[in-house]
Amino acid sequence: MSEAAENLSAQDLIAYLAQQENKTLLRFLTCGSVDDGKSTLIGRLLYDTKLLFDDQLATLERDSKKHGTVGEDIDFALLVDGLEAEREQGITIDVAYRFFTTDKRKFIVADTPGHEQYTRNMATGASTADLAILLVDARKGILTQTRRHAFIASLLGIRHVVVAVNKIDLVDYSQDIFEKIRDDFAEFARNFGFKQIVAIPLSARFGDNVIARSERTPWYKGPTLLDHLETVEVEDEQLAKPFRMAVQWVNRPNLDFRGFSGTIASGTVRPGDRIVVAASGRTSTVARIVTADGDLDVAGAGDAVTLTLADEIDISRGDLLVAATDQPEVADQFAAHVIWMHEDHLLPGRPYLVKIGTRTVTAQVTEIKHKIDVNTLDHLAAKELGLNEVAVCNFSLSQPVGFDAYTANRETGAFIIIDRLSNATVGAGMIMFGLRRATNIHLQALDVNKAARANLKGQKPVILWFTGLSGAGKSTIANIVEKYLLAQGRHTYMLDGDNVRHGLNRDLGFTEADRVENIRRVAEVSKLMIDAGLIVLVSFISPFRAERRMARELVEEGEFIEVFCDTPLAIAESRDPKGLYKKARAGQIKNFTGIDSPYEPPENPEIRLESGTKSVELLAEEVIALLRSRGVIV
Amino acid sequence: MSPDRKSHLKRLEDESIHIIREVASEFRNPVMLYSIGKDSSVMLHLAAKAFYPAPPPFPLMHVDTTWKFREMIRFRDETAKRLGFNLIVHTNQDGLAQNINPFDHGSSYYTNVMKTDALKQALTKYGFDAAFGGARRDEEKSRAKERIFSFRTANHGWDPKKQRPELWNIYNTRVAPGESIRVFPISNWTELDIWQYIMLEDIPIVPLYYAAMRPVVERGGQLIMVDDERLPLEPGEVPQERLVRFRTLGCYPLTAAIESDAATLPEIVREMLVARTSERSGRLIDHDEAGSMEKKKREGYF
Repeated sequence: MSEAAENLSAQDLIAYLAQQENKTLLRFLTCGSVDDGKSTLIGRLLYDTKLLFDDQLATLERDSKKHGTVGEDIDFALLVDGLEAEREQGITIDVAYRFFTTDKRKFIVADTPGHEQYTRNMATGASTADLAILLVDARKGILTQTRRHAFIASLLGIRHVVVAVNKIDLVDYSQDIFEKIRDDFAEFARNFGFKQIVAIPLSARFGDNVIARSERTPWYKGPTLLDHLETVEVEDEQLAKPFRMAVQWVNRPNLDFRGFSGTIASGTVRPGDRIVVAASGRTSTVARIVTADGDLDVAGAGDAVTLTLADEIDISRGDLLVAATDQPEVADQFAAHVIWMHEDHLLPGRPYLVKIGTRTVTAQVTEIKHKIDVNTLDHLAAKELGLNEVAVCNFSLSQPVGFDAYTANRETGAFIIIDRLSNATVGAGMIMFGLRRATNIHLQALDVNKAARANLKGQKPVILWFTGLSGAGKSTIANIVEKYLLAQGRHTYMLDGDNVRHGLNRDLGFTEADRVENIRRVAEVSKLMIDAGLIVLVSFISPFRAERRMARELVEEGEFIEVFCDTPLAIAESRDPKGLYKKARAGQIKNFTGIDSPYEPPENPEIRLESGTKSVELLAEEVIALLRSRGVIV
Repeated sequence: MSPDRKSHLKRLEDESIHIIREVASEFRNPVMLYSIGKDSSVMLHLAAKAFYPAPPPFPLMHVDTTWKFREMIRFRDETAKRLGFNLIVHTNQDGLAQNINPFDHGSSYYTNVMKTDALKQALTKYGFDAAFGGARRDEEKSRAKERIFSFRTANHGWDPKKQRPELWNIYNTRVAPGESIRVFPISNWTELDIWQYIMLEDIPIVPLYYAAMRPVVERGGQLIMVDDERLPLEPGEVPQERLVRFRTLGCYPLTAAIESDAATLPEIVREMLVARTSERSGRLIDHDEAGSMEKKKREGYF
């Protein structure tokens, strides 16, 4: 960049600067475990893109001798570890933001630490990032921390991931090691909703594949890190979404002008568009889009504007203006993922403040549905939530607010939690869906719906989806559970091969396509039964993850309980209650799961039953205990 | 401008406006600190845009150490008048009475009394609960870790280990009586962004940024401008007319000039693109000791 500018004539310079003004911006974060080399990588990017000045280099060389950990070489990590305590301890304790620029893009980097106790910092950095670089030490491969970082990135809605396989020099630039890490990552991140995962072998310390392609990895054909960062399309998905704008400020310089200032959260807006105030339902039409640079014909996500409306309707700070044609949910109760960020625990029932968009309301957590172990992704029961813990919680607010699911709209589905006494920011939330209770005044009390039907039965409808190999014990355990529920006065129904294959699905065989259709119909029937307020027990091999996920997604979050009957093939085959394995081995049955058709075990079942070793009675009790902890039964 | 493919400058402008509006809406008594430098000038310009067509709903305040360049003071008064801001000027009268100056008391002590203490006095005197500052994260390492909304105790101190997490663009603006928040709406701008934006938006800046013949003396490798007769000349020192300009502006005895013939904005930007030293290298107070900015911030410096 600097050489380019030096040799420009005055005319060319103005053209060059004009081009520089039109660069786009990419915000990304780096995360990794301690010693993975995050800071070194950022230092390397700053150094190699010539963003370091002579005096900064001189300071760096001096500091490298004093605190450095790489002998006589320059320790790039010292560039970015800003606080004294960090330099002394050689660790990064807080989120730092770095800036560098190339001819193609400007970059804002959030450097976030890998220590367990600093999950909140990573979430902070991720909340504004378009892309995450996850550093993996080539010598160590995918670690628990890598999973944790990937999960948090996914939770915060990051869609683009770079797996930077660092210190490739220390494993002799091994293609095998690189590919194993790449594939391991792709495997466990499959359900994280990432749109794109790019793995790059590199050495931050020596610069391999950071900016210049390394001669020592001739087998690697993909982009260098900088190439990828410069060209990755983080197409602004926000623009394609429905119009949303939280009102920040009512602009009223005189009696003739009344404008509503805010930053457009998503979508676009034009004069003439019909808009609605989400919470009140009042409607009007956009008259003008006012900015200091003149009125606009159209404005879109991210633009800070002032709207004037055709009608005098009551709007104040905190209101969410939305497209009349595509409105958000409005509710005073919702379920949300929460990341707790404070030493004082989250306690259900305690009043907090929730700031969503530009509105702050009092709120309480009515229930912690479950904690999520960020290392294993297991669901755990919890009565309170500690620092850096993640959970699904139900919230009750003092007044209804407009919102979208976070996965649908990052801008209108996010909120922060503030302690009312200390004013500290104690948590961050990502809304999953609104909760509609019978007490909700927006619903007519006489509506016959799922909630009303379930209320009548005094139960919470769920699907217990038993999956596993033939002979794993699915139906046996499901039967015991159903008997117990019946004895408790619950309304249940059991779907299995015996009652579905003979009637509803008798036209289906056992080809892959038929098995998919079989499960689709079972899932749809289960959904109808959920709507009827029933507890549904489904007992099918259901070997494919995709169909089980489809079934899960048909119903609301929390209504689908995947019960994995985990029996090793050898044990299931030795049981062979219907003599099917014998026939399959003899070639008399084709496409038999476990023999000549695959079984894809669940990755994150709500419960895994060791049905190869434990007794069916014990396992049924485990299922019943889970139903209790989830409030399905008392 | 088409809403897709927004330039980085537009994104930075929108983010800053969002921050400024958030402060005006949620604080009882905010103030914008004006240092008269180029970053401050950009911040003022953004504030004017944020509330258009209304004027910004808060006053400007300049903490005057009495050692600013004379051209800066002239520019300050003109700018406040031009943009319709109510301007408050505060000087530490105790420090003034004791004649605290950078020569007899050292830059560190002087800065503490005439800048940090003065700022704290003013914030307390007027009861401001939020103060905008034009600091950028790319200036210095401890700034890179500071939040956009930087919480300060009732004693105006900064505790880097107790910063509030800052997620999305949802800012926690709550403070108890006596506590305050420093807000840095141009945190994510770089020096290059600032200059490009000044060019793009045609923002007036103090003429000291442009090269001109000025009287300077050379001290410890730095060029110090003889702005008035208060600068004590050392034996044998004779001010020379040199073609110089300033990359950063502060108190004139503490801010070094650079030799330059860049007399227009494009020339300044070109010079910056090929520069090999960072802008704060012209700030003498940062060199006092390692981690000096972090220490000053803990004590209440911006």
